[in-house]
Amino acid sequence: MLLIKNGRVLDPASQTDAPRDILLDGDRIAEIASTGRITEANGAQTFDADGLIVAPGFIDMHVHLREPGQENSETIETGTHAAARGGFTVVCCMPNTKPVNDNASITRFIVDRAKAYGHVRVWPIGAASINSKGEAIADIAAMRDAGIVAVSDDGRPIASAKLARQIMDYCRTLDLPVIEHAEDVSLAAGAVMREGIASTRLGLPGMPAAAESVCVARDVQVAELTGARLHIAHLSAKASLAQVRFAKQSGLRVTCEVTPHHFTLIDEDVTYDSRYKMNPPLAAREDRQALWEGLADGTVDAIATDHAPHEPAIKDVEFDRAPFGILGFETAVALALEQLVHTGRISLMRMVELFTTGPARVLGKDRRLAIGEPGDITIFSPERPWTYQVSESTSKSRNSPFDGRSFKGGPVATIVAGKIAYRH
Amino acid sequence: MSVNVNYRFRDLLALEPLTADEITFILDQAKPFQQIQRNPLKKLATLRGKTVALAFFENSTRTRLSFGTAASRLGADTMNLQAEASSLKKGETLLDTANNLNAMMPDCFVMRHSSSGAADFVARHLEIPVVNAGDGTHEHPSQGLLDALTIRDRKGTLNNLNVTILGDIAHSRVARSNIHLLGKFGCRFTLCGPAMWVPRELEHIGPPGTPIKCVYRVEEALEDADVIIVLRVQTERLSEPSLSHNDYILLYQLNSERMKLAKPDALILHPGPINRGTEITPDVADGPRSAVLEQVTNGVSVRMAILYLLMVGASEGIHPALEGKPETPPKESAHASD
Repeated sequence: MLLIKNGRVLDPASQTDAPRDILLDGDRIAEIASTGRITEANGAQTFDADGLIVAPGFIDMHVHLREPGQENSETIETGTHAAARGGFTVVCCMPNTKPVNDNASITRFIVDRAKAYGHVRVWPIGAASINSKGEAIADIAAMRDAGIVAVSDDGRPIASAKLARQIMDYCRTLDLPVIEHAEDVSLAAGAVMREGIASTRLGLPGMPAAAESVCVARDVQVAELTGARLHIAHLSAKASLAQVRFAKQSGLRVTCEVTPHHFTLIDEDVTYDSRYKMNPPLAAREDRQALWEGLADGTVDAIATDHAPHEPAIKDVEFDRAPFGILGFETAVALALEQLVHTGRISLMRMVELFTTGPARVLGKDRRLAIGEPGDITIFSPERPWTYQVSESTSKSRNSPFDGRSFKGGPVATIVAGKIAYRH
Repeated sequence: MSVNVNYRFRDLLALEPLTADEITFILDQAKPFQQIQRNPLKKLATLRGKTVALAFFENSTRTRLSFGTAASRLGADTMNLQAEASSLKKGETLLDTANNLNAMMPDCFVMRHSSSGAADFVARHLEIPVVNAGDGTHEHPSQGLLDALTIRDRKGTLNNLNVTILGDIAHSRVARSNIHLLGKFGCRFTLCGPAMWVPRELEHIGPPGTPIKCVYRVEEALEDADVIIVLRVQTERLSEPSLSHNDYILLYQLNSERMKLAKPDALILHPGPINRGTEITPDVADGPRSAVLEQVTNGVSVRMAILYLLMVGASEGIHPALEGKPETPPKESAHASD
C-alpha cells in the first residue's frame, strides 16, 4: 500500500483541482479523500506530496525505444527508465524497429520485454504496412490482439492516398486510430531542416512547411472519405494546424500531437550541431506561435515527445549526414511548464490534460484518478529549480539540445501500477 | 593601418561573424605577401618547422594548390589528404579522420568538405586552428577575402559598391561569403538568376540593413553594377529538370552585348573554374574588365595572411617585417629558404 498525502490533485477527467490524499492498494487506486482523512494503515508506505501536483499518470504517445535492432541507441529497459524519470507512466513505441513491428510476433516480443524489463507501461504501435514500405497492409488485427493501440508507418508517411484510404477503412473496422507522419517526401527530398531564411543562411537544404501540410490535407480528406480516426503525429506547421482545426469543426475524428521541441525551439535556433536536427524540422517563429494557440484552444490533443535516441557514433557527425531525432522524455514536463504554463499560455490543468486525458482519448483509453482505476500517478513540482544534465540521463543516447538548460519545475515521482518507478 | 585590431577567433570558419575592422586587418596583412609573389625568391622562413594539414574531403584543384603554395611560401610543411585517396571510402567518420590527421601533430587544419558546417563541426573537436576552405553551400571565407582584396586593389575601396552576383546563388558558398564580407562595407547587392537559384530568403541573409535585391532579368542586374561576380554553373545542377543548359545561356550568360549595359569600369570576377561559353563568353572572361587571374594570384597572398594570422599572429602579434609599411617586402625573409 502507498499513501500519497498533502498533494494538490489535478484530475482533468473530473475537473478536480483540490488538496487530496490518495491511497493505492496493489496496482489500483483504493481511496481518494480530503487531506488527512485517510488513516495510515500499518505497513503503508507514505509519500509526502506537500507543495506538489498529483496527477493521473502521464502518457507519451510517440516514442522510439529502438528495441529490437538498435540496442546501441536505446533498449526497452533504458528507454522506459528515462521515461519514468520524465514523469511518464505509459509510452507508445513506434514500429520502426529492426525488424519493423509489422506482425504479432514482434508485438508480443515488445510486450514481453516491457513486462520483464520495463520501468513503465509500454503500449506498442504497429506498422500500417508491411515493413512500413507502403505496399501491402500489415497484420493489423493480429497485432491488435497482441497489444497494439494504433497503427503508423512513422518515420515516413503512408505512401499514397489510395493506401491511406485502405488502411483507414480497415482501421475503422478495427476501431484503431491511424497515426500519420505527415510528409510529402518529394517536397522534403534531401532536406535536413525547415526551408527559410535560416536554412538559406546556413546553406543547408530545407523543406518547406508545405512538405507537411500538403500531406495533412490529403489525409484529412481521406479521413472524411472513410470516417476513420486520424491522428497527425508531431504536427509542426501553422498550415497543418489550420487543417486539423477545420477538420474538427467539420466533425471529423481528426486529432493531433505537438512535441516539446516544436513549441520551444524554431529554425532560427538551428546551428551546425546535429542535436538540432529532427523531422519534422524546427519550424518558423509563426508556426510556434500557432502551436501555442492550438495548445491553448484545444486544437492540439496531446503533447508527445517523439523521443528518438541515436548513439553518438551515428549522431555526432556532419549535420546533413546525421539521422533525425532527439531525446525527449526527461525534459518534456519541464519544457511544458517553462513554455506554456509559466508564460500564462495555458493553465496547469490544461497541461495535465495534454499529457493524460488528451492522448488517452486519441487512443480510446481512459485516464482518471478514481477508486478502482489503475495506480498510475505522476507527481511533479511546478517550482523546483533544476538543471538538465544529459550525462546523467538513463537513456543510452545523449542527443538532446537541452543539455545544461535550467528549469523551474519538473517531475518528482512516477508511480506505475501502485509502485514507485522513479523518485527524485 | 589597423594593425592593432584583435582578431577574436582561433579559427576562420566563416566571414559572417567577422567585423569590417577584422576583415580590413586580414586584407592589410595580405599586402606585403602580394609583393612577395612578384619576387624571384618567394619563400619565407616565418612558419619554418610548422605543419599545415590540408584535408580536402571534396575535390579541389585551385584552392588546395593555393593553400599549399601559401603554406610553402611561408616555410611550412604540408600534409595532404585528398578525397579519392582517403579512408572515407572505407567508412571512416569525419571525426575519426580529423582526429587521425590531428594525431600527426599539424599546427593548423585547412579543410574542404561537401557538408555545410563540416568545418564548424571539426573545429568543435580539435584544439588547433581550423580554416574553412569551403563547406557545402555555406561559406568559402578565403575566396570572399581574395575577392575583396582584388576589388579593393582595382576600385580603391570596398565601400558602398553596387555588386551584382549572377548564377546559382542558392547553392553558392562563394556568394554567401561575398555577401557577408562586402555587406559589412555598405555594398548593395543585386542577385540574378532563375527563381529556384535566387530564393527571396537571400534578401535577408546579409548584415542587418544590407540592401539585397533578387532579380530575374540579367539586363536589370547589370545596370549600375560596379562589380559583377559570375558564378560557375554547376553542370550537375543543370541536369535537374528545372532549367535547360540552352535556356540558361539564352537568359543569363554574360556576353559582350550584355556588358554594354554595365558601367564602363565594371569589374568582372569569377571564382573558377570557368565553364567558358556557359555562364560567361571567352571574350568577356579574358577581357580588360576581367580580374579572374588576379583573383588567383591574390588567393595565395590572402591565404598566406590567413595562415600567418592563425598560426603566429594570434599569439605573437603581427610579424615585425609586416608592421608599419605594408608596401615594403620583408627583406630578410625574401632570401630565406631551406
